[in-house]
Amino acid sequence: MLSQTVQFLLSGLTSGAIYALSAIGFSVIYNTSGVINFAQGEFIMIGGVASVMLVSAGAPLPLAVALAVLLSALAGLLLEKLAIERARNASQASLIIITIGGSIFLQGVAQVVFGRGQRALPPFLGDERIRIAGASLLPQSGLMVLTGAALVAALAWFFGATRLGKALLATSHNRLAAQLVGIDVRAILALGFVLSAAIGALGGAVAAPITLTSSDVGVMLGLKGFVAATLGGLGNAMGAVAGGLLLGVLEALAAGYVSSAYKDAVPFVLILAILFVRPRGLFGARVTERV
Amino acid sequence: MRKLLLACAAGFSAALALPARAAPQSAPIKIGASLSVTGVASFLGDPELKTLQLYVEQLNAKGGLLGRKLELVSYDDAADPTKANSFAKRLIEEDKVDLIVGGTTSGATMAIIPLVEKAEIPFISLAGAVAIVEPPKKWVFKTPHTDRMAAEKVFEDMKKRKLDKVGLLSENSAFGQSGKKETLGVAPKYGITIVADESYGPKDPDITTQLTKIKNAPGVQAILVFGLGQGPAVVTRNYGQLGMTLPLYQSHGVASEEFIKLAGKASEGVRLPASALLVAGLLPDGDPQKPVVTAYAKAYAARYGSAVSTFGGHAYDGLMLAVEAIKRAGTTDKAKVRDALEQTKGFIGTGGVVNLSATDHLGLDLTAFRMLEIRNGTWALAK
Repeated sequence: MLSQTVQFLLSGLTSGAIYALSAIGFSVIYNTSGVINFAQGEFIMIGGVASVMLVSAGAPLPLAVALAVLLSALAGLLLEKLAIERARNASQASLIIITIGGSIFLQGVAQVVFGRGQRALPPFLGDERIRIAGASLLPQSGLMVLTGAALVAALAWFFGATRLGKALLATSHNRLAAQLVGIDVRAILALGFVLSAAIGALGGAVAAPITLTSSDVGVMLGLKGFVAATLGGLGNAMGAVAGGLLLGVLEALAAGYVSSAYKDAVPFVLILAILFVRPRGLFGARVTERV
Repeated sequence: MRKLLLACAAGFSAALALPARAAPQSAPIKIGASLSVTGVASFLGDPELKTLQLYVEQLNAKGGLLGRKLELVSYDDAADPTKANSFAKRLIEEDKVDLIVGGTTSGATMAIIPLVEKAEIPFISLAGAVAIVEPPKKWVFKTPHTDRMAAEKVFEDMKKRKLDKVGLLSENSAFGQSGKKETLGVAPKYGITIVADESYGPKDPDITTQLTKIKNAPGVQAILVFGLGQGPAVVTRNYGQLGMTLPLYQSHGVASEEFIKLAGKASEGVRLPASALLVAGLLPDGDPQKPVVTAYAKAYAARYGSAVSTFGGHAYDGLMLAVEAIKRAGTTDKAKVRDALEQTKGFIGTGGVVNLSATDHLGLDLTAFRMLEIRNGTWALAK
């Protein structure tokens, strides 16, 4: 029975790590612009899809992943420059709707370039399973957790210890004040999109051997990532990872001990309960709105 | 474009100075189609449309039918039943087609049925659901196998291997849930007990939890997965990850090369029911379906440069059933074509041998499915 429980937890860890990687991107963009970017799932998709295409074109895996991340960053930059920046005086709700449009557009492009099928990326560290107490885990799952942890550490350093990172935070807190102290706000907003697009693509590439990849893979990953980011507290990278892992483990335990037919419902009910008690998420900062 | 074509046609007939009396006879026979060429079911609708276009051209090149050309009038309903309904209306009232082929999805088909029944026009659906032909409706036929037949074929094979305690893992999509319902329905008939009944989401990244539960279900001897696309591949990979050895069965929903590629080496030994079309090369020489499926696969690959899918095959069967019926009726009179369709006997299509009757508007039996096993990374006929 122990091995069964361990397997449920490992299964949750695998799904959770994917949700966490997706959630980090939501946090970064929220941190810089206060926008929920619904095209975030598409950056994840680009990471996986571009990696697969480059690998099958003969590129070595690390190069393929690096190029996919660059490509996604470029897509993020274009989305910001061509759509978001032009509507910079619009309300946040309008900006969010623009990101939904961007998401549909990117998905359409991917469907034309990549085709409608599904493909798999070979696992980075082979597919020899790791056995833990009678249960098993793929090395790729471990790699996803490590990638998530590394991103959290890098982002904590970036936002906490570099001038650029602080400029990003300052812009999100008060755009006008940031501009007055000499921060190039337009460049900073573009940087926010580039950064989150790159992070999304990295996550997408690392997750691709597990999730498989297709032009519509971003829809589910984006949705679950958004939920995880909200659960952990929007704008907090550590919270995003914690939210993702919690969501994955809750799903697995619900499927294992309640019923797999209700596995999507049980975690969402729990999340509603958590958000009822802590509306800003598990790690969300308390914000006082000026009236 | 249409006007231009009509003008050309008019010009040609004038040039050929056809006798006026033959004019209505030489008007093209109109085949209407509402297919899901884009949208979620595009992987079904796209090859269906390509197949219809290919064979309408081929038939016309051979001189058409009853001395008349065929004309395909098709619309893209994007798997939206509302659109399918209004396109069917347009096909019947404005385009005045002689019959309709497809309905790609079951939803679209169900939306078309009331219209064709009222307008009394033959309709051959390309969708899966049993409800389309059960109970039989006067003007409605269909070509694809049903989920129930897939379940029955799997159970037949399990009985042969003396496996009678089965863990069912179904996708919570329309396809998976219909499959689950049919599986649970026919299991008692084959003396099979379902000892575990689990489900998963079509985009779930990890399904080891459900597989672990099935593995630990008391007495379980085999697993049957009912799903479409990427989910069953993830299930198979997780099955490999857990080092499971229970015989693994999949449904006809994964019968494509893509599945073997996605699932990788864990797919070794997986069994599934599939149409003969996928294994055209493996069929023994005496097989009645061999010439049909080989010719279709060759023609499709030559024209579009991609491998055939069973879905395109359903469209081939639908069109050819209609063509044969019109030939036998010797007219495009709707009631006579319908009667001729219903009397179809021994028609060999890509989906199997079709014997239609007043009570059976599908006309396939279990021999339409071949039990396949994945061996050395490719399909083989299961022994």
